[in-house]
Amino acid sequence: MSVRIGVYLCHCGANIAGKVDIDAVADFARGLENVTLVKDYKFMCSDPGQALIQKDLENKLVDRVVVASCSPLMHENTFRKTVERGGLNPYLFTMTNIREQCSWVHIDSDRTTEKAKDLVAASVRRAFLLEPLTKKEVPINPRTLVIGGGIAGIQAALDLAEAGKEVVLVEKEPSIGGHMAKFDKTFPTLDCSACILTPRMVSVGQHSNIELMSYAEVEDVGGYVGNFNIRVRKKARYVDSELCNGCGACWSKCPSSRVPRKGNVHEKLSLGPTTSIYMPFMQAVPAIPVIDRDTCLYFKNDSGACGICAKECERGAIKYDMTDEIVEFEVGNIIIAAGFKTFDPAKVKRYGYGRFDNVMTALEFEVMNCASGSTGGNILMADGSEPKSIGIVHCVGSRDSHYNEHCSRVCCMYSLKYAHLIKEKTDAEVYQFYIDMRCFGKGYEEFYDRLLSEDVRFVRGKVAEISKVPVTETEEGKLVVSVEDTLLGTVRRIPLDMVVLSTGLEGSETLPEIAKLCSVSVGKDGFLIEKHPKLGPVSTATDGVFVVGGCQSPKDIPDTVAQASAASSAVLSMITREKIEIEAATSEVDEDKCSGCKLCNTLCPYQAVKFDEEKEVSVVNEALCKGCGTCVAGCPSGAISAKHYEDRQIFAEIEGIFSGGL
Amino acid sequence: MKYTYYPGCSVSATANLYQESIDSVLPGLGIELEELDDWNCCGATAYMSVRELLSFAISARNLALAEKYHRDMVTPCSACYLVLNKTNRYCEEYPDIRKKVGQALEAGGLNYSGNIKVRHLLDVVVNDVEKEKIAGTVKKDLSALKVAPYYGCQIVRPEIGLDDPDDPQIMDELIRSVGATCVDYSMKTKCCGASLMGTDEKKALHLCKEILADAERNEAHCIITVCPLCQMNLDIYQSKVNSLFGTKFRIPVIYFTQLIGLAQGKSMKELGLGRLGVKISGEMKKIIEGA
Repeated sequence: MSVRIGVYLCHCGANIAGKVDIDAVADFARGLENVTLVKDYKFMCSDPGQALIQKDLENKLVDRVVVASCSPLMHENTFRKTVERGGLNPYLFTMTNIREQCSWVHIDSDRTTEKAKDLVAASVRRAFLLEPLTKKEVPINPRTLVIGGGIAGIQAALDLAEAGKEVVLVEKEPSIGGHMAKFDKTFPTLDCSACILTPRMVSVGQHSNIELMSYAEVEDVGGYVGNFNIRVRKKARYVDSELCNGCGACWSKCPSSRVPRKGNVHEKLSLGPTTSIYMPFMQAVPAIPVIDRDTCLYFKNDSGACGICAKECERGAIKYDMTDEIVEFEVGNIIIAAGFKTFDPAKVKRYGYGRFDNVMTALEFEVMNCASGSTGGNILMADGSEPKSIGIVHCVGSRDSHYNEHCSRVCCMYSLKYAHLIKEKTDAEVYQFYIDMRCFGKGYEEFYDRLLSEDVRFVRGKVAEISKVPVTETEEGKLVVSVEDTLLGTVRRIPLDMVVLSTGLEGSETLPEIAKLCSVSVGKDGFLIEKHPKLGPVSTATDGVFVVGGCQSPKDIPDTVAQASAASSAVLSMITREKIEIEAATSEVDEDKCSGCKLCNTLCPYQAVKFDEEKEVSVVNEALCKGCGTCVAGCPSGAISAKHYEDRQIFAEIEGIFSGGL
Repeated sequence: MKYTYYPGCSVSATANLYQESIDSVLPGLGIELEELDDWNCCGATAYMSVRELLSFAISARNLALAEKYHRDMVTPCSACYLVLNKTNRYCEEYPDIRKKVGQALEAGGLNYSGNIKVRHLLDVVVNDVEKEKIAGTVKKDLSALKVAPYYGCQIVRPEIGLDDPDDPQIMDELIRSVGATCVDYSMKTKCCGASLMGTDEKKALHLCKEILADAERNEAHCIITVCPLCQMNLDIYQSKVNSLFGTKFRIPVIYFTQLIGLAQGKSMKELGLGRLGVKISGEMKKIIEGA
């Protein structure tokens, strides 16, 4: 039976047609073997464009379809559906990319046209050998796992729970709340962080649809979209959460400290009690303390010498013999809201962090401003006195090719907030050392304007050094900030009492591990990679895994909340569908050829190939396989083939490229 | 361990006491130096900013000559270290410069294929000799001697990768391995003014004053350096600093090799220490003699 291939060329407006001579490619395609029909259209992905293909299929003019347009990442799915509507198996269609890999990247028009011809010839050869494949459907478990209990995870969990769906929220710290729980005020509205966050934390704790696992970490993720198998380690708190009522009797008598006592006041900054049995902060959810094993005297002495908290607890909730607990459960989707960490400024030696008292990080300054913090919200120097001058250094570890190239987005704004708080609480002079002021959000520029009239000094320039080497008498005993004031065009030395380093945002320490578990990639900036930077901001390359908040990129609270709601809505749409189609272009192991070497098991980036101990061969889990072909290339016995990308199909494509249309 | 040795002009003249200490100390550490035959001036950093291409060409001549030895080339001078490394890097990264430099070398019957690694003597002593070996040659207890390591600008900036450009540690480590006490101070990588001393002396003296003041504030008995020009500025011009600013600095500025020699119990004369501008006296002398 003869094969009739239809070739459809897209102009993509001027994107392709501006560089590629479409008529010449069409003429060329008409001369190719098995091609019975060639059409071109301004936008093949548009409704009329798709209708062209669909009609030809309905009229039985063609039985294989080649579309030469953009990247398959963009529209492969679009055209597969078109082909399906036309009554053809969607795998009898192939797409060739003459935009991203052709018209967009070459200068010479003639040669670009020639390349487009070669690519079309390759796809026509491939189309000839395509086989119909059948997609499978799997059911979707309506439960969702949310990793991380900061504002991102809280929002996502509440959205889903309110929609009547079950959520498991796993948080590694003893309490949910994340970074937002450490903030005193939020910019630009200056509303109290705890006042807006606490009600949501409480809702999470009380919601019947949310199972909160605090002080717990995800250890393993198996399965695939709709059917993930999760293993979580609940770390031992040494406090029975069923019995404890959070009264605080235990920590009020605890004789040991988890926060180093020696040194200056900054080291002691902490929101909750500084004792070994503690609550991270007073609004903690769950309101159950935890014992810091490293500093607790009971554990240190081994013999159980202390035990004061157990004696103080009327309810007998202290359980020194508690061990980690492993729980396993199933979910249909995963939302990663693992958050961020702040840059460690000790790496920038010339800023003196860790060497000089009164040089502190933004987060430390945040805690210092918190009314429930150890200074009671007062801005104090290491010796307990009030500073007369404070400098705020922007872009520490951000916008700096030595550390992080990216802009951390929130630092300009929180730096302005600090200036306001300092002016409100003290008589100190405030300097802002900035490169550019980036006030991008709603009400942000207005806040900057307001600060300009609050007697804050703005010096435009990157700080070169913070030193304690005085050159003049006024510099004696001060922190001297050396900076090039780029507006005045001069180098300035400004003696100050205290310096706050506006440290940038990085992906959290646990992010690479979580990414690996969930088969999500980490970008070179250290943040998780979303499916598409513009059109797929919350989904990922792994179906059923979503990313939100500070682990995807630095962002402020409004953007984080918006993204969290976007992810929960994406999850809800998956759950509502109840079933999901699984990609049919997967790998397949020929059991007769497989030697059982297991190389493919380790190569697979999606953990889709497992070893069948009984048969002693490797088996591909089709629901997990993405058809990437890594195992196919890696198999030393040539036992694995990729459906839709068989060797003979690929060789035919290569031959097509070199055939010159013959 | 054998290396090709590029002494540079300074140690052959004004800084010959550096050379004397090198000759005295290195054999004991198992380091053998073979002087590059027919070497010429690298042009130093000053020439680089006047005639860049010529400067690359004359320093590339040394690199070309060194290739026949098939060894790393070692220099004791920070300026030579910087210029030779810069020549290497520019010839590698910029085809245009490589071509022109190649033509200049060809005219002299030479060719440079880019295979010479240029290292500072400090790098070799700290990174190629085991710490225990250095400690093993120590005969005197210098634990009471407080030594301020002065790195200057050129061995760590621009980033050649020898050490952290803001807070280098290799000289600190060396001081500890010979048993002396290392002084931590803020000015250890600040510029001494270098050749500015010849053109705008007052400004250069000011820079030297800040370094000396910070060393004194941190109670250093002496400063050690790795560069003939840094040594000259801080040592020979110390009296001028004193008369200009009314200070009373008496801080000997010695080479790191001289410190190793002192720890090994070598005489002041053998190490060229008798010819310093600021003589070793007072407490430092007592510590050395008493040890």
